[in-house]
Order: sequence, then structure tokens, then C-alpha cells
Amino acid sequence: MTLDYFFTVLTFSNIFIILALSLNVVMGYAGQVSLGHAAFFGIGAYTSAILATKFGWGYFPSLLMSILVGAFFGFLLGLPSLRVKHDFLVLTTIGLNFVVVAIFKHIDFFGGPYGIIGVPRPVFFGKELETGGYALYTGALAFLVILLMIYIEKIYLRYGFEAVKENEDAAESIGVSVPRFKIYAFTISGALAGLAGNLWAYQMGMVFPDDFSFPVSISILTMVVLGGVGTISGPVVGALIVTFLPEILRPIQDYRLLIYGIIIVLVMLYQPGGLLGKNGLLRSIFKR
Amino acid sequence: MQNVINALILGGIYVLISVGLTMIYGILRILHIAHAGIYTLGAFLGLSFYAATGNFWLSLILSVVLTGFAGVLIYRYIYRKVLDKEKIVSLVISIGMFTAMQELYRLIWGPYKKPFALDLGINDIRTKYFVLTQHQILILTVTAVVLLILYFLMNYTKLGKAMKACADDLEIAAAMGINVEYVISFAFFLGSALAALAGILIGVYENNVYPTMGSSVSYKAFVVIVLGGFGSLTGAITAGFLLAFAETFLVAWKGFILPRDAIAFLLMIFILIFKPEGLFRRVTR
Repeated sequence: MTLDYFFTVLTFSNIFIILALSLNVVMGYAGQVSLGHAAFFGIGAYTSAILATKFGWGYFPSLLMSILVGAFFGFLLGLPSLRVKHDFLVLTTIGLNFVVVAIFKHIDFFGGPYGIIGVPRPVFFGKELETGGYALYTGALAFLVILLMIYIEKIYLRYGFEAVKENEDAAESIGVSVPRFKIYAFTISGALAGLAGNLWAYQMGMVFPDDFSFPVSISILTMVVLGGVGTISGPVVGALIVTFLPEILRPIQDYRLLIYGIIIVLVMLYQPGGLLGKNGLLRSIFKR
Repeated sequence: MQNVINALILGGIYVLISVGLTMIYGILRILHIAHAGIYTLGAFLGLSFYAATGNFWLSLILSVVLTGFAGVLIYRYIYRKVLDKEKIVSLVISIGMFTAMQELYRLIWGPYKKPFALDLGINDIRTKYFVLTQHQILILTVTAVVLLILYFLMNYTKLGKAMKACADDLEIAAAMGINVEYVISFAFFLGSALAALAGILIGVYENNVYPTMGSSVSYKAFVVIVLGGFGSLTGAITAGFLLAFAETFLVAWKGFILPRDAIAFLLMIFILIFKPEGLFRRVTR
């Protein structure tokens, strides 16, 4: 395992930590299951890629735009979530994912099936970032996002989310504005997914529609659920497991997706709250 | 005219797949994504039996029955254990199973498309207006027969009525002396068997079977049950044909830039937002 390779995997795991935490805001805090999270990831990535290649924007302006555009689309999805609930929301978000990928694939502005290539490496203070530096940079951002999550858990926002999650009608009856907190959750989540998208576009140097297809949404969901919905450590550990497990399983590469599927089923059967959730296996080990 | 035939065939396949999904959702409120894995299993089993025996009808029946039992196993050993848990648990399990199933098929049968060549010895019907190949005749007849049987089963037998009762309210149905476990298992059996049938028919029609053939179908079937109103059988049947017609004619009309899958999903999103109970609401609630 060369160092460059290690840094690349590390960067991916940082990106997925951010993604898992961003999905966790919607799912774990506000209790709204979204199965189309890759769509926001893709929207963020395409925003950066288009700004960088077609309009020649620098790194930081396009980073900012990715976050803003991600937040905007998160806000847009927040609107139907006010009407559409539970399983219906799950299906809406699945549909959304397919539609977004279809738009990327079939509209020329987005580069069609071949995507957009030639995203330059990010330049910080006149110096290009190498793989190692980029891994550090993404790691720092992932750390900032974790801090943001701890902050959210401390402020009143958390209580609003919790009320919405537990019982919408009851929350409404004691004066908690359910629409407001749902929209907050989706907007924050969209913004963070946009950030992750930006990091992805600059890491890969290119974006393809299939990088943001439905299976990616599934892996993000898996990270959150595997680790423990609603916790902070859960999605982080989940993201680490899901990105590093395939690398560890590389010697038995042919079986790895099979094992991956089986692990998901087993964890859900025997640890339905996730490994770091209530009564989770890892939690009890750490507590000891 | 040719478009009408194509739409009828596509609709028939959609209906066969969605029947199981809508029954399972109706009774247990589970989004059974692994249903598409069952569909693929049916196609592979059908192909393998056909290669081994050379008798199409025998292998059709064998694989449909076997796949039906596979569905029952999924309920007995997996879903039943998490029925009392949060719904996200069964959803994630279903996704995990679907991934594992596709991989298993790839390991057993190989990753490539396998041809499913079948000659029934029926002549194609060719007229000035349309062509009806032997495979299309097969699909149309089988779908029609199955729908008739299903109609009879649901409306005139005790089991069908019990299934409806379970879909209305599981607990009350159990209190009324219906053997709920048996009814649910039967719903899984029937649904999986029909999905297997759809898999074999599609395999024959497109002349190939491959591990990921269920991917797009799985979510399309959800579009059908959303349009039909969750858990409604007649709704799902009507919606299956409706979706097939809408897709076929929108694609034939060149003005639409997005592919047919995107049309289906856009349709679904609009329905969910503006008419969440589906186009055909269940009469009993």
C-alpha cells in the first residue's frame, strides 16, 4: 500500500464522513428518511465542476457556491417533505435521485453521460495541493463538520428536531413549528452534501453522472444506519467502516459486495440501533 | 398500433412484479426492495432448468414455485424478526439483501448477459398494422390468464378475502381467527412467484438474463404501487398498464428529452406531492 493510495482512501473517507453526518441531520435529528442523498452530493459536485471548468472560477468561490446551491436544493426538498411523509418521502427521494442523475446524463450543459472532465487541483495561496495535503484539508473540514454537529446538539435547534422526530402532531401542539425545523434540517443537510460534492469534484478532477446514482445514496444510508442513527460517532464510524472495509477485503475482492450486503442484513437483524446506537456492540465496548 | 402492443406487454410485466410488492406493503407496510432480487432469481432458475431439461413449461413451473418458497423464507427468517422495530430497519435490510442477492447471482451464474433463446413453435402474427411475435403472444396470454386467476382468487376464495382482511387491519384480522402467519406467508409466496414469472418472461422476451436485471425494475415497480395507491391490487394493475402506456407514448413522441425511467419517476414525485393516496384509492380503509 503506497502512501498516495492511503491518502486517497483517507480523502474518500473524509468526504463520506461529511456525507454521512449530513444525512444524519435529516434522518437522525429530524427523523425524515431520505434515500436520495447522492443527488445533493452530485448537485454540489457539478456546481463546482461547471464553475471551475466553464467559468474559470477559483477554488474558494466555487466551494462557497457548492455549499449555497446544495443548501438551496435541500431547502427545495424540504418543501415537499412538509406534505409527503414516511414511506412516501422515502419514495419521493428515491425518485428525485433518479431524476437528477437523468438530468445530468441527458442535458448537454452537464456534459452528458461522459460528465465533465478537467477540474483543476485546488490552489491554496498560489500552491497546488498534493494528495497528502488534500487528505489533510478534507480531514480538517470533516473535523469542522463534527464540531458543527456537537454545536447543533447543544443549541435549541436540537430540541426542535427532536420534537419533530418523536411526534409531529404533539410538537405542533406545544408550539414547535414543524415546517420550520424540517426546512432547517434539509437546508443544513443539503449545504453539507454540497460541500462534500465540492471536495469530491476536486479530488477526482472530473464528475460523472453515475458517481451520484442511487447505489451511492444507499451506501450513505448504510453508513448512518450501520453506525447508529442520531448519534455523531455512529455515522463517522459507519463512514470509516464502509470506505475502509472494501479496501481491507480487497484480497477476497470477488466476494466483497456479497459480504457487504450480508453484514448490513446481520447488523440490522441483531443491532437495529446501529453499532454505536443504544445497546450497540461498539458502544458497550467503549463504555467498559 | 405497434405501440399499443408494446405498452400492453410492458404493462403486463409491471403488473406481475407489482402485485407482490403491493400485497406485501398492504399487509406489512414494508418497502420490499429485494423483490427485484426475487424477480432475477426467477429468471435465472428458469434459464437453468430450461438448459437442463429442455422443457420450457416444466422449468417455468418449477422455478416459479421454488422462487415463491424463497420469498416465504425471506419473510420467515428475516422480515418477521424486525416487524416490531422501526421501519427504517426493514428497509435497510431489504436493500442489503438486494445487494447480496445480485452478488450471489453474479458469483453463481457469471456477470455477463446470458441468452434465453426459446422457440415455442407458434407462428408470428404479421399484419399490415402490427407484428406480434411468438414471445409477445406468450407474454400476453400468460399475463391475461394470471390476472384472471388472481381476480378469482382475491374475490371468490377464503384465502383472498383473508388477505384483504389482513391488509385492512392485521390485528383485527388475527383477532377474528384468521391465521395471519399463513396468510402473510402466502402473500410472499404468491408475490414472489409472480415476480419470478415476470423475470422469466422478460428474459425470454429480451433474450437475456443477467445479475443486475432487477436494478431499474425494482424502483419502477414502486412507481406502479404509488400510482395505484399503496396496497391496492386493482389500483396496481390499472397503474401498471397506465404507466406502460404513458411511457411508451411519451418516448415515441420525440419531444421529450429525458429517458423513460425519468418520466416514470417525475410522474411518481408529482403524484406523491399532489395526490399522495394514489390515483385509485382503496375503497375499504
